[in-house]
Amino acid sequence: MRTRLMELAVGAFMVMGIMGLILMALRVSGISTADSGDKYTVKAYFENLGGLTERAKVSMSGVTIGRVTNVYLDTEDYIAVVEMEINKSMSTLTTDTSAAILTAGLLGEKYIGLTVGADDEYLEEGGVIEDTQSALVLEELIGQFLFSKAEE
Amino acid sequence: MLKLIDKILDSIQLLGQMGLARLQALGHAGVFLLSSIPWGGPGSAGFGDLIKQIYSIGVRSLSIVIVAGFFIGMVLGLQGYTILSDFGSEAALGSMVSLTLLRELGPVVTALLFAGRAGSALTAEIGLMKATEQISAMEMMGVDPLKRIITPRLWAGFISMPILALLFSLVGIWGGAYVGINLLGVDEGAYWGNMQASVEFYDDVIKGLVKSLVFGFVVTWIAVYQGFNSTPTSEGISKATTQTVVVASLAVLGLDFILTAIMFGSI
Repeated sequence: MRTRLMELAVGAFMVMGIMGLILMALRVSGISTADSGDKYTVKAYFENLGGLTERAKVSMSGVTIGRVTNVYLDTEDYIAVVEMEINKSMSTLTTDTSAAILTAGLLGEKYIGLTVGADDEYLEEGGVIEDTQSALVLEELIGQFLFSKAEE
Repeated sequence: MLKLIDKILDSIQLLGQMGLARLQALGHAGVFLLSSIPWGGPGSAGFGDLIKQIYSIGVRSLSIVIVAGFFIGMVLGLQGYTILSDFGSEAALGSMVSLTLLRELGPVVTALLFAGRAGSALTAEIGLMKATEQISAMEMMGVDPLKRIITPRLWAGFISMPILALLFSLVGIWGGAYVGINLLGVDEGAYWGNMQASVEFYDDVIKGLVKSLVFGFVVTWIAVYQGFNSTPTSEGISKATTQTVVVASLAVLGLDFILTAIMFGSI
């Protein structure tokens, strides 16, 4: 009888461990099964990323619709290339969609905000977003401000 | 003058002896570990022994781990709130509490508690077996004491420690949520939402588990080794038990830095 109780306790301990891991995955790290659906990749070229990194959010009107998967420098044109994965459910991004690098809050992380265009053709796998707006770099802004002040 | 040189030479010799002894002990402990990890052999322990050890090492450490986890989570919530509210960013409380627990405090504090609660008990138990000559008796009967006594205890430690650390973090996050949401008035949606946005399953949860696995391995190894090699007297057992807690705690803290540097840092 004592062995039985002990075995039950160990079994319950193991189950608690597994349940804990599942709870951790779903509730704490927020993995959701709906998120892992089909995706397609699009590219965008930016003059300056200003701290955008991999895994940054791609959002439209504040709703996350994808993630940045790769960031690198085009060695021919010396321009930053951002590859991002967009959920298949958002397959109706027009070819003249514009992308801007925005900041969440005053000090928050950088993310890409998409604004839909008016074209009737849609971006496909490997498509390129032409209309992009670089990140605001505070030093450049201050530099421009000082320059314009000096001209006055 | 000659006497002085003699003394200096003696102390240098002593230093060398100590170093060699340490190196030998490390090698001995390594051989000890390698020969007791695999199951099997004459009179080796069965599955029932493993269950029994998981019960005494894991299940019986559960209460202290859960209570400690809840209180540490509550303290993190309280302290974090005080600092974050200065910057008007109480909403980040959930991410702060969960990342602190998952990456650092969960594995480390659980390992320290584990060394104190389970490690010392292991050492004392095995040391007493040695003092009462149970181990020699086993050898006489042709039973390998490593396989019979050490193997199930080692495995029970490896299995229990990650589960305990996981539960510690989990309870801590709920403790932080209790203080933050119910007592201090942080928005519930912000607490959980920010947590889910900043915690990555692989990067934080799994890496924390890897840490706790390594700590469980090291703490159990030190505990059984100290017990098995203790001087079989009451004084020897008490010394071995103290050694277990001290060495295991230091090993955990030192390894924590190395593991953090490898997994999270960019050193």
